[in-house]
Amino acid sequence: MKMNINLKNRVAIVGAGLTLFRRRLKETPKELAWAAAKMALESAGLELSDVDAVVIGTAPDAFDGIHMKGEYLADGSGGTGKPVMRVYVGGGTGVFTPIAGWWHVASGLFDVVLAVAEEKMSPAMPHPQSVFAHIWDPIIERPIGPNLIWIFALEMHRYMYKYNIKKEDIARVSVKNKRNALDHPAAQLGAKITVEDVLNSEMLVYPVQRLDISPVSDGAAAVVMVSEHIARRITDSPVWVEGVGWSLDTVHWTGRDLAYPKYVECAARMAYKMAGITNPAREIDVAEVYDPFDYKELHHMEGLMLARKGEAPILTREGITERDGDLPINPSGGLLGVGNPIAAAGMMKVTEIYWQLRGEAGKRQVKKPVYTGLAQAWGDLMQVGTVIVLRAG
Amino acid sequence: MINMDEKVRLKGTPIKRFDETITVERSSTAKYAWTAGQAISRFLVELKKGKLIGRRCNKCRRILIPPRMYCESCFRATDEWIYVEPIGTVNTAVVSYITTTREKLEKPLIIAVIEIEGTGGSGLFHYLEGVNPEDVINRKVFGMRVKAVWKPEAEREGSINDIKYFVPITGGEEK
Repeated sequence: MKMNINLKNRVAIVGAGLTLFRRRLKETPKELAWAAAKMALESAGLELSDVDAVVIGTAPDAFDGIHMKGEYLADGSGGTGKPVMRVYVGGGTGVFTPIAGWWHVASGLFDVVLAVAEEKMSPAMPHPQSVFAHIWDPIIERPIGPNLIWIFALEMHRYMYKYNIKKEDIARVSVKNKRNALDHPAAQLGAKITVEDVLNSEMLVYPVQRLDISPVSDGAAAVVMVSEHIARRITDSPVWVEGVGWSLDTVHWTGRDLAYPKYVECAARMAYKMAGITNPAREIDVAEVYDPFDYKELHHMEGLMLARKGEAPILTREGITERDGDLPINPSGGLLGVGNPIAAAGMMKVTEIYWQLRGEAGKRQVKKPVYTGLAQAWGDLMQVGTVIVLRAG
Repeated sequence: MINMDEKVRLKGTPIKRFDETITVERSSTAKYAWTAGQAISRFLVELKKGKLIGRRCNKCRRILIPPRMYCESCFRATDEWIYVEPIGTVNTAVVSYITTTREKLEKPLIIAVIEIEGTGGSGLFHYLEGVNPEDVINRKVFGMRVKAVWKPEAEREGSINDIKYFVPITGGEEK
């Protein structure tokens, strides 16, 4: 049963753009935003004068050392003289940006919205890791000297303990995604590696090794979102936004069930209800699941109810999540392969599902026919889930 | 129809180092003074005395540690201060070979989330001593009962670090 909500407009994505994802790019954040936004508009056959409003997504200001990052990015994102909104939910921002674009159009307030996500992590010196140190509680947590990898290692190890998961089954995710990324035009770390390579890579915080982690990146991504009557006029293959969901848990992560991301489930349930999806494992044909660490792809597949608890590693081992499998996960190459410019990485996942549903993913096109796809992101202090369900027109 | 495959040339100019392009460097120093607030101020004062204190919500019956003046689930004021034994079980643990800023550690550090007994789910994140990295790697430490080891009274300053670390409770100490 579809959720009984009274929307003014059905919303479609009709264009998408991306820049290269790299450790360091010469371009400024605005120049990257401009490149992605222009590509998205051109692919939709639209001009900036057609755009009613702009939504911008970018993660912590501290990466760039520029406050009011949304306002800073506005001109490069096509926002001059228009209603502009910047949204931010940490790593979840990249999928939250088109969610905000969706409500701008669904509400009837606007017909054409440009949603732009940009991240440049390279300016933070000596390493963006030093900026991540500011996400913890300053009084109770920072005196312990946490490293971002610690908390993910703690979560990963709890997940492995609870379901008796072997490290090699987690490493398969990294192998798959880096291989998929070889066919992605933006990819920073496409590579042919083996499970042994992952298991032999530098041990950082047991059980997390270097090849379990996505890289630090610069990059931008954008999509054009329009109301149904515009979509019908400008394209034969709109991709409809069928469901959106988001959910936030508290920052008190030490009191949480670390083996299962309940907040992702809450976000997914909201999106599935809106899209009329009752059996996600059957009804979702392809998914881009947030994978800043290899175990997170598995964790999130379970939170999204695409796999039963503890069983995502089995699906991965059996090849079901490969591009030619029954449930392809991260055919783009994900954050592990394409790169992780925070907000842009989440939006990259939305562009991948858009291209997959239009049959435009080239060598990355999954083997089975796909009608319904999902993109999900996650972030903040392991506490937010953002989900979007798309369907081919 | 387009093919968005690896042959598409996307915009962006990769650079290996900043000296390959015009780069302007400037550092900003930001210094803050955070008030610890109603709940955490008392928590810190008690830590200095070598005691662990939480706030109880009489509706959901949880004891919140670190304490909060409100219960975020019931969305009501918490009811009372309550001392708890600084004893818990290891929920998860890891072995860190790197520092906060990713430099190599000479002696690996063990970090754990400890579920404080009798609180109904409150956890603290702290160092674990008295176990080997192997005990973490083979997951022997999961579910292990541990207790806080305090700094000597004269060295305590009203900080989470007044607890030096947690150590396993050996058989003879069981209450």
